[in-house]
Amino acid sequence: MSIVTVQLGQCGNQIGYEVFNAICSDFHSTHGLCSKKENESYQEACKERFFSEEKTGVPVARAVLVDMEPKVISQTLSMAARSGHWKYDHQSHFCQKQGSGNNWANGYSVHGPRYREVIMNLVQKEAEKCDRLSGFFTVMSMAGGTGSGMGAFVTQCLRDAFPTSFILNQVIWPYGTGEVIVQNYNSVLTLSHLYQSSDALLVHENDAIHKICAQLMNIKKISFRDVNQVIAHQLGSVFQPTYSSEGASQYSKSPLGDLMESLVPHPEFKMLGLRNIPQMSENSLAYSTFTWPGLIKHLRQMLIANAKMEEGIDWQVRPPLPGHPVPPKASPNKALHFNTSIANLVVLRGKDVQSVDLGGFRDPALYTSWLNPQEAFNIWKTPRAFNKYEKSASLVSNSQFLLKLMDNIVGKAWNMFASKAYVHQYTKFGIEEEDFLDCFTTLEQVISSYASL
Amino acid sequence: MTQSVVLQVGQCGNQIGCRFWDLALREHAAVNKKGIYDEALSSFFRNVDTRNGGDGADIHKGKIFSLKARALLIDMEEGVVNEILQGPLRDVFDSKQLITDVSGSGNNWAVGHKLYGCQYREHIVEKLRRTAEHCDCLQCFFVIHSMGGGTGSGLGTFVLNVLEDEFPEVYRFVTSVYPSGEDDVITSPYNSVLAMKELNEHADCVLPIENESLFSIVSKIHQMTNSGKLGSTVKQNSLLTSSAGSIKTEQEKPFDAMNNIVANLLLNLTSSARFEGSLNMDLNEISMNLVPFPRLHYLVSSLTPLYTLADVNVPSRRLDQMFSDAFSKDHQLIQADPKHSLYLACALLVRGNVQVSDLRRNIERLKPSLHFVSWNQEGWKTGLCSVPPVGHSHSLLALANNTCVKPTFTELKDRFMKLYKKKAHLHHYLHIDGMEQSCFSEAISSLSDLIEEYNQLDATKGAPRTDPSRLKIAM
Repeated sequence: MSIVTVQLGQCGNQIGYEVFNAICSDFHSTHGLCSKKENESYQEACKERFFSEEKTGVPVARAVLVDMEPKVISQTLSMAARSGHWKYDHQSHFCQKQGSGNNWANGYSVHGPRYREVIMNLVQKEAEKCDRLSGFFTVMSMAGGTGSGMGAFVTQCLRDAFPTSFILNQVIWPYGTGEVIVQNYNSVLTLSHLYQSSDALLVHENDAIHKICAQLMNIKKISFRDVNQVIAHQLGSVFQPTYSSEGASQYSKSPLGDLMESLVPHPEFKMLGLRNIPQMSENSLAYSTFTWPGLIKHLRQMLIANAKMEEGIDWQVRPPLPGHPVPPKASPNKALHFNTSIANLVVLRGKDVQSVDLGGFRDPALYTSWLNPQEAFNIWKTPRAFNKYEKSASLVSNSQFLLKLMDNIVGKAWNMFASKAYVHQYTKFGIEEEDFLDCFTTLEQVISSYASL
Repeated sequence: MTQSVVLQVGQCGNQIGCRFWDLALREHAAVNKKGIYDEALSSFFRNVDTRNGGDGADIHKGKIFSLKARALLIDMEEGVVNEILQGPLRDVFDSKQLITDVSGSGNNWAVGHKLYGCQYREHIVEKLRRTAEHCDCLQCFFVIHSMGGGTGSGLGTFVLNVLEDEFPEVYRFVTSVYPSGEDDVITSPYNSVLAMKELNEHADCVLPIENESLFSIVSKIHQMTNSGKLGSTVKQNSLLTSSAGSIKTEQEKPFDAMNNIVANLLLNLTSSARFEGSLNMDLNEISMNLVPFPRLHYLVSSLTPLYTLADVNVPSRRLDQMFSDAFSKDHQLIQADPKHSLYLACALLVRGNVQVSDLRRNIERLKPSLHFVSWNQEGWKTGLCSVPPVGHSHSLLALANNTCVKPTFTELKDRFMKLYKKKAHLHHYLHIDGMEQSCFSEAISSLSDLIEEYNQLDATKGAPRTDPSRLKIAM
């Protein structure tokens, strides 16, 4: 089953390109470390999932590119074509001339309705190219105007037009110290609207990825391209083909469905975080070896202590012992704050995956009490190594990972809203103060729900 | 890609405008080696086939035939515009893009605004329509004028009104040159305050400029390049004030160096909209992010670096210096010190070989020394454009919505009141049809209100921060 990707705005298109690039380069990788038969199976699944066949033989990404100004899309299309290994369908894009001016209301209330038909036609065409459609993957930032505002509108349209397909929104959380001044407003509006129509939101934070680039990848002058490539690697490590159940003989046909089933048991809880280890520069890869126990131990602690990468993990944080009361969440000693999960998914790729012991993740202390720990934890694996990493483990988690982030962004947005700054820019395009209040209410609800886990 | 139209009004406006077009051509020539008319060029220029004489059709793709500026040149006396049309830039302008008269406005805002405004309104609208028709997607009008005279100030603000009436969806960015204290036009305070009211009400964004600041920047550059310390290692065409490499080859006129700075300001402002980058910043984003309340739309600008040394490898220390300089009061284009006043918002548009990590590092470094308003503690808007300006490997334009504009306005108000209390020269204005005493009182009241808004914001500076309490959700 195939996934159709919708790339929205500058960020969405820049990242989307890197994702397809990473997937394609993994496809061609000669370091698969598995049997030829396995590799072929993997490649076939990958191709069906992300690319469609064209007469020229060059795989065409299953994607629709949307932006309100032309520069980024034209760059993206030409970069893909130049790679020689894959390309976009040059008909599958839509752009305008003026951009959304970082204005969510402009993206949502003006551009969205105006171009709805054209964009949905493009999506329909891509969906029809698929033998079977697993669902949609949208890539967007929250801080700008197109990705965020128009992205929210398009997600709604997707939900209306494809009520039985899965929709996963890949959302980029902006740097804390502004890229865009009204980013907090745009983010609050986006999150609250996506919550209504999306099945799950998979979040990547610019700050966290930036740190990974600086500390783990050792990049001196970090560019957005570097950041996007790390994000692409992380996404590829989750969405490339895997066997999603023990004893499965075929690569999973429904990755998005499996994901939702494993991780989103309740519609109030849709925020997913992603961690991937190991992560390092290509030069260092050749000199490093990893053991599964080591990787799993780190990954588990990253989950418990809400660490964003494998360095600087706080090993003091422990899950509460059974029978002992859970310490109050508003504990002043924030360092010992333990991250409670609703559900977790671990994806393992590479050498000796069959032998990995994941008992640590089945510990009931990690989870809330609603789900049976056996149901709350799922594993996907494949012996086929990913992107030159001999062993690679990823964690997709529906937990309190994003609680502090959400609280922060809502706090800052509320602070600005109280002084009514910039509100006239939104009312100009039809988003009124009541709409803002509704969004704040929705998000306070989500924050409250996650906090009380 | 969008287009912008430049409206240069009055002597000052036209002289700055002239430098702008010259430097714009220079910039595009440096980037566009193949002579193909591309999207970047189309933002400010039309490509016209003039082989059969007269006004040929617009050519949207392919080779460059003849570039015509998307501009309107307006002046109520002919001297300046005629000089432009006889100078090396004559082919860039279309005779149909001019509106001139003979006698000038006598440094009288009322003559410019009421008399000529009325007289030329239809003319202006017709020419604007023609220019707009040549645009695929018109995004912005740039008005360039001075505040102290009669034409730029009066007719310039009249045109601003027309733009709002006829093209309400198109952004209006105004570059205004404010008079200094020792301005030799006695009535410049009147003209400026009357114009301010129009700017308050009809402009989306105003970039105030003061001649004193331009002059000190020019002196600084002059000093650095001629002092012998750096001398020969400075790249001539990198000077913010230089016309080197442009069409103009004759002797530089006295205001050219200063006007080049303003021209560079406009080029840098629009660079991200014209050229590609990893984080684009379009003109509509500038207005969106930097104007938190409709009337507070005055942006203090600074450009760095002022010149480039010929060293090819620029260590990042020098890059960091560029960021520090952008916040120093010596680099601002008005007499203001943003570091010691309150920031409402700040935008940094970086051009050239600078990445997001450099940007972040510098923001982190400079943030502690700057005061931001309580509801916008992280009020930064950033843009990265890959194409540097001519002669530089990187450059930075900082736009600040900062209460440091207040002194400029309060001084203007004081100078106005000095004259107004004695009713000096008032009769020159009042005898113009349409002018009444109330025009003056409304104008000064508008200015006072604006100053008061800045005062209230300043009062919050340094006050203990109390965040408003959040919504409580019943579980």
